[in-house]
Amino acid sequence: MKKLINDPAGVVDAALAGMAAAHPELRVDTKQRIIVRADAPRPGKVGLVSGGGSGHEPLHGGFVGLGMLDAACPGEIFTSPVPDQILAATAAVDAGAGVLHVVKNYTGDVMNFEMAAELAAAESGAEVRAVVVNDDVAVQDSLYTAGRRGVGATLILEKMAGAAAEQGRPLAEVARIADTVNARSRSMGMALTSCTVPAVGHPTFELGDGEMEIGIGIHGEPGRRRVPLAPARDVAVLLLDPILADLPFAQGDRVLCFLNGMGGTPLIELYLMFDEVSRILRGHGIHIERSLVGPYVTALDMAGCSITLTRLDEELTALWDAPVRTPALRWGI
Amino acid sequence: MAAVDTAAWVRGFAALVDEHEAELTALDAAIGDADHGTNMRRGMTAAVAALDDSHPDTPGEVSKQTAMVLIRTVGGASGPLFGTFFLRFAAAVGSGSDIADFARAFRAGLDGVIARGKAEPGDKTMVDALVPAADALDECVAGGASAEAALDAAVSAAAAGRDATTPLVARKGRASYLGDRSAGHQDPGATSAALLVLAARAAVR
Repeated sequence: MKKLINDPAGVVDAALAGMAAAHPELRVDTKQRIIVRADAPRPGKVGLVSGGGSGHEPLHGGFVGLGMLDAACPGEIFTSPVPDQILAATAAVDAGAGVLHVVKNYTGDVMNFEMAAELAAAESGAEVRAVVVNDDVAVQDSLYTAGRRGVGATLILEKMAGAAAEQGRPLAEVARIADTVNARSRSMGMALTSCTVPAVGHPTFELGDGEMEIGIGIHGEPGRRRVPLAPARDVAVLLLDPILADLPFAQGDRVLCFLNGMGGTPLIELYLMFDEVSRILRGHGIHIERSLVGPYVTALDMAGCSITLTRLDEELTALWDAPVRTPALRWGI
Repeated sequence: MAAVDTAAWVRGFAALVDEHEAELTALDAAIGDADHGTNMRRGMTAAVAALDDSHPDTPGEVSKQTAMVLIRTVGGASGPLFGTFFLRFAAAVGSGSDIADFARAFRAGLDGVIARGKAEPGDKTMVDALVPAADALDECVAGGASAEAALDAAVSAAAAGRDATTPLVARKGRASYLGDRSAGHQDPGATSAALLVLAARAAVR
């Protein structure tokens, strides 16, 4: 394993210390493992808390700041954070206007956030609501699975709900916007390689030179199926077809198109994929109103990409455009 | 004298998890994200350290403390699930000291796991090892068996339940994202649950 690390067991702690040093506008508590906006709590503002396993950077710590998250709880790599972290983050951002938990739909995330919310209600009476993100179309949402995974739409939801909270909107409104973003977003991912978890030392699964994995999540796990390696134009079809069919998106729709890198794929390939995707969407009469290209919701060093489409309206577009100042996203300020 | 020395049970489980860490990681790599071994070892190491620090006296205190440590340190789904198991065990065992008390508390722990995770037998989870173990314990206790015999039966039942997960298609947890591809792999959660039962047998005094 070749990584820029020291002790494989100390990666998360060391990276948090690095974030603290790099971003003085954040309050990074390396002991409690929470990342909080330095000016939190902001009086009268709904607090936005998210979290999940480490290994998806910049999700979520890189999205803490003005116009997006107020706090993030990083767990061990690919492991949900624990209730203590979530409680501490909730308390740190609770300004009396309520707190919204953004929870990606994974069994562990949902359970730990639920336990934290139970404890918060018992201990402090903070008003906490949760929105569960489940935009991945690779998995059937049925009685026979753990439900659809929360992937790329998490970023979009955090941005738009974050903007609403920054504008001082009440908790019910912020939650409504979050639910709306989730309902209007669909994602699908693919991988050219797996990833290597530091504590494990080798890739989670092996892909041959001539193979790719379709329908991946963000934890380095295998996807829905393994297929022969294909050119980018075919990959774009494989990812877009199920996304378009699922919402379904329709001619005349105005969308945000998020072309996400899984961490190990260079930006030049992501832009190439965006070219393919925009051609296909144009062919369907779907207009790309806003775009985001880059590695934002990652799985360590996995090579691959995911596509998220969000059907926009004027309100959501304005929330996307609203000022944001975080380590990973900054515009309008 | 408790039939199962709870502190010895926790220590024994930690030792088994440590011994089997690579196996648990490999099983979780095949149908998950490869963190089960690491997470369980971290949690159980912390649980043993807590026992060393505080010396709780009763089965209830030992298991409650273990529960809180696991919830605080493991994360993922395993933290809440194993934590809830020990928490409900603690609440049910009271000052109980014989195999019937243990069996009743074990069942309470299992009910907690099911309430938290909502898994059913056949979903390819830890429940597939815990349910047969609980059933074996209840049956043996009803028949007046000794602690040794009851736990021998529970160990066999848990192992059989664990082995039976291999052909199943996962319906819960991360493995369920793989659909049919999860078939043919032994479930990591059922594997660690079977180790939990094995550790209980070894802790009979």
